Order: sequence, then C-alpha cells, then structure tokens
Amino acid sequence: MLVFIIKKLANAALVMLAVAFLAFMIFRLAGDPVDMMSTEQTTEADRELMREKLGLNDSFLVQYGRFVGNAAQGEFGISYRNGQEVLGLIAERFPATMELVLVATILSLVVGLPLGVLTAIKRGKWYSEILQFGSIIGVSLPSFVVGILLILVFSVTLGIFPAFGRGEVVDLGWWSTGFLTKTGLMALVLPSISLALYQVTLIMRLVRAEMLEVMRSDYVKFARARGISRTKIYFRHALRNCLMPVVTLTAMNIGTLIAFALITETVFQWPGMGMLFIQAVTFIDIPVMAAYLCIVSFIFVFLNTMVDITYAVIDPRLRNAK
Amino acid sequence: MTTQSTNSAPSRRKRFRDSDLWWSFTHSWSARIAAVLLIVLIGSAFLAPWIAPQNPYDAASLDMWKSELPPIWQQGSEMPYLLGTDTQGRDMLSVLLYGTRISVMIGFASVIFSLLIGLTLGLVAGYFGGIADNLLMRVGDVVLSIPTILIAILVSAVVRQMLPTNLREIGAAAVLVLAITLSGWVQYARTVRAQTIVERGKEYVMAAKLLNVPKHRIMFRHILPNTLTPVLVAATLSFGMAILTEATLSFLGIGMPPGQPSLGTLIRIGNQYLFSGLWWMVIFPVVQLSLLVISVNLLGDWLRDALNPKLR
Repeated sequence: MLVFIIKKLANAALVMLAVAFLAFMIFRLAGDPVDMMSTEQTTEADRELMREKLGLNDSFLVQYGRFVGNAAQGEFGISYRNGQEVLGLIAERFPATMELVLVATILSLVVGLPLGVLTAIKRGKWYSEILQFGSIIGVSLPSFVVGILLILVFSVTLGIFPAFGRGEVVDLGWWSTGFLTKTGLMALVLPSISLALYQVTLIMRLVRAEMLEVMRSDYVKFARARGISRTKIYFRHALRNCLMPVVTLTAMNIGTLIAFALITETVFQWPGMGMLFIQAVTFIDIPVMAAYLCIVSFIFVFLNTMVDITYAVIDPRLRNAK
Repeated sequence: MTTQSTNSAPSRRKRFRDSDLWWSFTHSWSARIAAVLLIVLIGSAFLAPWIAPQNPYDAASLDMWKSELPPIWQQGSEMPYLLGTDTQGRDMLSVLLYGTRISVMIGFASVIFSLLIGLTLGLVAGYFGGIADNLLMRVGDVVLSIPTILIAILVSAVVRQMLPTNLREIGAAAVLVLAITLSGWVQYARTVRAQTIVERGKEYVMAAKLLNVPKHRIMFRHILPNTLTPVLVAATLSFGMAILTEATLSFLGIGMPPGQPSLGTLIRIGNQYLFSGLWWMVIFPVVQLSLLVISVNLLGDWLRDALNPKLR
C-alpha cells in the first residue's frame, strides 16, 4: 500500500516537474525579458547588469532549477503588466473562480443525477428520448455560446439577472465571498448555469449508462423477486452502485472546470483567475501565464492522484495494478 | 472489371449498400438529418465565393451607409441583405459563409495533423514497446494533466508572440491549427497504442514477420487498418471538438483576426453589441456554429454505436 502511494506521488511529482518545464519554456520562447524591461536609454553595461541580476547568464539547467524552486514556494515573480506580485494577484482572484466552480459542480450533480436515473428507468419514453437528444446538444454547445444566449434572454430581454460582475462581496479574511449578499447570489446564477451545462450532460449520460448496466445485474433481479418496490430498488440499491464513477468524474473534472471557467469568466466579466489569465495572454504577461498554468495543473494532478489513492484504499485489487 | 460477371465478388457499390453501416445509417433518423445538415452547411461554406452575395474581404464592396441593417423580415431592412449587415456594412450571410469555411478548414486540418502524429507515435510505441513506449506514455501523461483548452491557448499565444509582427495576421490560421493539433494528438496515440499491443500478438502479424516483411510495412499495412475503427469514431468527435476549440480561441481574442473572421471571431464581435439591440450580429454566428457542431457530434455518436458490435 505504502509503495503504491509513494509510486503515485512520485509520478505526480514528475508530471508537475514537466509542467513546470513547459511554463519555463514559455519564458524562454517569448523573448528576452531584458528587452521588455529596458528603455532606449539603457546602456549595454546596464543590460549586462540586469542579465546578471536576473540570472540569465547561468546555464539552462540552473535557471530551470531555480524556477522550479521558486514555483514550489509560490514565487512566480512580478507581473510585467502592473508590477504586482503574481501570487498575490492570483490569490485575490482565486475565491471568485472557486465559488463559481463549486456552485457549478453542485448544480451538475443536483440536476445530472436525477436526469440520468430518469432516462435510464424510463428508457424509450418520449421525454427520455428528448433528454438524451438534448444531452448531445448540451455537449455540442460551447460554453461561451450558452453564456451569450443566457445573457440575451435573462439580462437583455427579461432583465432578471445581471450579465456581468460578481455583485457585492463580503470579505472573510483573505477570502471574498458572494454567497452572503443578494446581489452576489443573483450574479452567480447565469455564470454557474453556463459553466455547469456541459458537466450536467456528462453526469447524466454516465449515470444513465451505469444504471442500465446495474439494472441487468442479479442482485437487482433478486430484489425485484423479493417484492421490493421499484423506487426503493432504483434509488437505494441501483443508484448507490453508480455513484463511484460519478464521484470520480466529478473530482477529476474540477480541474477541467477551473480551466473552462476562464471562458465563462470572460463572457460574464467575472473577476476570477481565468479573466486574469486571459488578460495576461493578451498582454503577453508571462509570469502570470506561467503561474496560472502551474496552479491549474497542480490542482488537476492533485485531484487525480487523490482519486487514484482513494480507489486503492477502497479496492485492494488496484494496489498491484500498474 | 468484376461488375460484369454475376458470379464473382459483388461490386464495391453493392457491398457498401449491403453493409451493416449503410443499414444502420438508413435506419437512424438523427444520423440522416445530421448528414444532410452537415452537407448543406459545409457545401454552402465551400461554395461561398460563388454563392455569397458579397465578398466580405473586399473593402471596396462594403458600403458604410448600409451598415447595421436588420434581417430581411424586420422593419428597415434592405435587399439583398437577407440576414442584415454588421457595423461595418458587411453582409451577415456572406460573412457567415466565409466564416464557416475558415472554421471547417481549421478544424479539418488540425484533425488530420493530430491523426498523422497520433497514429504514427501510437503505432511505433505499441509495436516496439520499451523505452519508446514509456516515453510516449509519460509525455501523454503530462499533456493530459493540462486541460486541453489551456494548451491550445498557451501554444497559440506563445507561437504568435514568436512570429514577426507582419506575419501574425496571415499566420493566424496556421498557429491555430498547430495549437489544436498539439492539444489533441494524445488521444489518438493512446487509442492506437492500446489496439496495436493487442494486434501485434496475433497470428497474421507472426506470419508477416516469418515472411520477412519489413517492420514499417507490418505496422502500416497490416496492423494499422485493424486499429482504425475506434480511431474513426474519435476523429469524427474530435472534428467537432476542434471546431469548438478554434471558436473558443477566436472568441477569446487569440484566434482569427477580425479581418478574416471565423465563426468564433464573429461571435466575439457580435458580443460587443449584445446590449445595443444588434442581436443578429451574434445570434446568426451562434446558430451556425451550434448547428455545425451538433451535426458533427450526432454523426459521431451514431458512428460509435454503429461500429460497436456489442450493440447490435
């Protein structure tokens, strides 16, 4: 067991090193930082001094090592655009993104699970067919399209929900939350729906497939033969056995949701990490881009490793698997 | 030559008409609707230079007095602007047709390149195993640990930065193809690798080896065709995905420039006028993009079921 955990952690560490390497390569490829910092008056000697100070004269490996060391401590340097500490910039935006992702995840479970069960147990009924067809549309619509359509209907035409911003936020320590004010909650509605839609369809389709599989199994037939009511079989017996893959998918997709949030954030002008990243991309603000890449990948890899380890704890057969 | 003789093997055409695939196609209403829709959308896009009322790239044909016209069924519209015009006086229908053409070409090119890279690497890794295989899987792990959209954004941003300024407009499409290719090849490589490992142990490969058939020939002529079924499904679905990724990048402002708009660029432009009542500038590109991707995905979905022997 311990060996398995160590192996998984080592693998995760290797992946993170490689991601850091990619982030480091962005710095190397995007041009000479001295050019970006120097003005017309900068002399050759000044430039040489700057190179020395920034450590650009060291060997490639030394520079990479230093980058990894700094990144591990959360040191990503200062933003080219406004000269602020990158980590501070991201920390300031982090709660906005996480609240959006959290609400979207909950929403996708609350809506996706019942729909999945429904389409499985009422297979062939017209509403199941419509839902099944609708799920393909849900997968096909890009999230920015969903966002724009929601804004067009609920903000421009009906004027019910705000189309941009986070509303009023309350500061709890360093975490700013929109959960405690009415405007904050109203502002969450449209962005979280547009972020959740894709996830809803994924969960629905997964639950449907799993339910159909489980309902063919012997223990469900046996429960039926014992005269247990259908509702009880579906929700107490069958659904429970479908939950494992759903939990896995949900946990693994949080990283994807954070990445996709950058699109939703752009549409709704939501002041999260994603919008910071997109602004950084437009201005080629490399420290911010690199930091965002490392942080999102870290969350992604962390969750995946956790899921793998939890699986091994639950199911001993997986411990010896490669 | 076999078509004349009645007792020899049936013609290709006949074999196709008798195949399970064709049967399942004619019995699936969603597949047929999707196919017709796709043919109309892509066909009209590629015929754009001949059927579009206006050439939107030609600044001389634009008329500022004809800007912001609504679609034909609304008050204040003018012929021949069926779907209205945008703020620069470009005919929406023409811009849509040309935009779809760009979107489809970028999507198609990136799927082809991802396929070429993915198939080759997957075959080599699966066939030889060992270090090559390990290396590929590790690289794949890294690529898969970064969300696809993030890879595409980063590649597109960094490569564009590396290009000289005067090439950025012209090279935009190529940069996008590169970005989507680099974010998409891993899934093909993994699919083909898994299939190759199964196939390389089979008797026909053994027989080919004994006959001293060269390795590249065994890989590409013998094993490859047997791995293509899952790849075909993945390719169809990822064609839809590639169009979406391109649209997303363009929407975020790091894709096609406004001078050669793809559907994503058009949505980005239209989105800025969302509150000014010019709804046709955003709704038409949104509908066009959605129909395009939905029909590709419906076909992909049907293909996956039709090629899956377990579901028959």
